Amino acid sequence: MTLSDLATRLELRVYTAALPLDRPVGGGYASDLLSDVIGRARKDDLWVTMQVHPNIVAVAVLKDLAGIVLVNGRAPAPETVEQAMREKVSILGTRLGTFELAGRLYGMGIKGS
Amino acid sequence: MSPRAVVERARAVGLDLIAVTDHNTTENAAAVIEAARGGGPAVLPGIELTTAEEVHILGLFDPGTGLGPFQAEVFRNLPDVPSKKKFVKDQVLVDAEDYVTGFSPRCLFGATRFSVQEAIDLIHRHGGLAVACHIDRESFSIISQLGFIPPGLALEAVEVSPRLTVDEARAALGPFGPLPAVRFSDAHKPEEIGCATTDFLVASPCLDELRRALAGEDGRKVIPS
Repeated sequence: MTLSDLATRLELRVYTAALPLDRPVGGGYASDLLSDVIGRARKDDLWVTMQVHPNIVAVAVLKDLAGIVLVNGRAPAPETVEQAMREKVSILGTRLGTFELAGRLYGMGIKGS
Repeated sequence: MSPRAVVERARAVGLDLIAVTDHNTTENAAAVIEAARGGGPAVLPGIELTTAEEVHILGLFDPGTGLGPFQAEVFRNLPDVPSKKKFVKDQVLVDAEDYVTGFSPRCLFGATRFSVQEAIDLIHRHGGLAVACHIDRESFSIISQLGFIPPGLALEAVEVSPRLTVDEARAALGPFGPLPAVRFSDAHKPEEIGCATTDFLVASPCLDELRRALAGEDGRKVIPS
């Protein structure tokens, strides 16, 4: 399952439109504490969060995450999108909340650790 | 934490300078400033702002600053959720004689809409110093919420909680970069006042000297504990 597949099936908004969405998603992690994501997320995870600060890009790079989905309709800060484009980290978004999105992802085979 | 109790305890433990930093409000600082008049300590009005990322940022101001416009801006950016009665009971407004003069109806424990950057900018626009609070804690710390201290933030300092020394925090969290580190009590009860303190080499206990000490200007400095 790639980011593109998930974006289509879950009607995700893509904030980093110029980046390819061909990266495979290996699993998922949901957390709003970036220190926790640094500690526990795994490579190729799709990260579900409501944090929109530019640091989310650095954390995604550090952990080599597949991408980030912002929940509750939250839009990334402009600097966050700029950094994401620079670092080639895909940021997507949904109106769904964390619980609902995680449930749908799980139903599509995206599992946690 | 009534004004008189705060002043009495600060005097008893020998503090020269304290700051009143309620969550998201500066409204009670004037009462403590008034209560300390005559016998000290010097009192700075301040605030512990909760940002949208749920990071706590301390704002410290000069007592001469009219903080009305600052406070209005904070209230405009707190969610307009009336606090439930059981919480409002704790959000008292007081005078220098410890009389309760009212209750703050806002959810002061909530997060404002300010990002960390916006909170720091707001504090600076009103002449204040911005300090990232208790960076070693597992909640409401810039490191817990954002993973690391974003480079380029114009913070004046970072604060380590009373649990750790500055050296222990550096060992646990890695280097803080060029930011000076201080330890404050974060007292929520009178008996906690003075449980962590920072010594500054300054000419007098005031905001401007504190600013110069944190910047290491003109011989002023933070004395390592």
